[in-house]
Amino acid sequence: MKRIISCWLAVIMAVLMVVSSVSAGSPPAVGGALPDIKLPVPKDSVDKNYLDLGFFGFGSFKVPEIKARLVIIEIFSMYCPYCQREAPNVNQLYAKIEQNPALKGKIKIIGIGAGNTPYEIQTFKQKYSVPFPLFADSDYAIHKMVGEVRTPYFIGVRINHDGSHQVIYSKLGAMESVDQFLATIVKLSGL
Amino acid sequence: MLLVLLIGTFVLTVSFVPPAYSLSDAYKNNIYNPGILKPTDSVLRVTVGDRAPDFTLKAVTGEEVSLKQYRGKKNVVISFVPAAWTPVCSDQWPGYNIVKDIFDQHDAVLLGITVDNIPTLFAWTNQMGNLWFPVLSDFWPHGKVAAMYGVIRSDGISERALFVIDKKGIIRYIDIHDINKRPSLEDLVKELEKLK
Repeated sequence: MKRIISCWLAVIMAVLMVVSSVSAGSPPAVGGALPDIKLPVPKDSVDKNYLDLGFFGFGSFKVPEIKARLVIIEIFSMYCPYCQREAPNVNQLYAKIEQNPALKGKIKIIGIGAGNTPYEIQTFKQKYSVPFPLFADSDYAIHKMVGEVRTPYFIGVRINHDGSHQVIYSKLGAMESVDQFLATIVKLSGL
Repeated sequence: MLLVLLIGTFVLTVSFVPPAYSLSDAYKNNIYNPGILKPTDSVLRVTVGDRAPDFTLKAVTGEEVSLKQYRGKKNVVISFVPAAWTPVCSDQWPGYNIVKDIFDQHDAVLLGITVDNIPTLFAWTNQMGNLWFPVLSDFWPHGKVAAMYGVIRSDGISERALFVIDKKGIIRYIDIHDINKRPSLEDLVKELEKLK
């Protein structure tokens, strides 16, 4: 009987080890670090130049390697009605940043499409004329790392001069006001 | 020993969670999660090359829609989804809702069908925004159209199925999809491209 129990426990442990490597974490906490998210370097030269990855301009990169002081990550889905409605507002946020000399180059935006294929991401980008890089997360791997949040979900990540980083904003839901959102996130980032 | 077996079984069960769907905050906490279901559970009654069985169903908007009204005019995509207010279904039609141009480019219309009744479909699809395509209720006689196509499951809901029907009324593509997963948009678009 001991043998049976031992075998069964071994099976459970093995499954847990496998599952724990892919199971959902918690949403990124303010004050903490971003999960170790790897993204492919965009093929599109406009997106690639926007991120200004420098030495990391090939293969994959991590969010803190983006040349910026603050990165705003939107977790979204092409299939999410609220994300569709929010798309023009996020574009407006991008425009306000790019038009402000004090913010341009310091704040950058990326979107990660939970459960979306590259084709679906491209469809969303074209439909809403999204001017910033979007990344596919077809197998929900990144979505699991950020706690399987509902969408749209915004994460603000401050990148320090020494290369370290810190989550300064982590919240579910559409922006109530683009100006207010921008003011809040600028204040929280200490820019 | 029994306790160990029970705990082990519980751990194994909860470990295999389905992928996250219905992520949109639009649905708040109103989505019922049935868990992982048998991928398919019906016997198809049509095949590619068959004439698509005609039907008339009532739409959420009140009008009656017949398949034959598109004959000679439009290609038709029928999207059966299993049930309102469930995870994957709530994440499928909103995607189609932003690609009307793709359907237009292929001279195609989309008909969304579930076995839910009209009031349920009304409340559910309202969360998706203004859908450009008709949403049809196959509620009564329950699942009659789903049964004609052979996509009614043993528990009374339909499969997650896509049928592409050309202007002559001939079925050109069938995808009885794993009910737990959303079909990718590109697979459908590839089939629409074949109609040219």
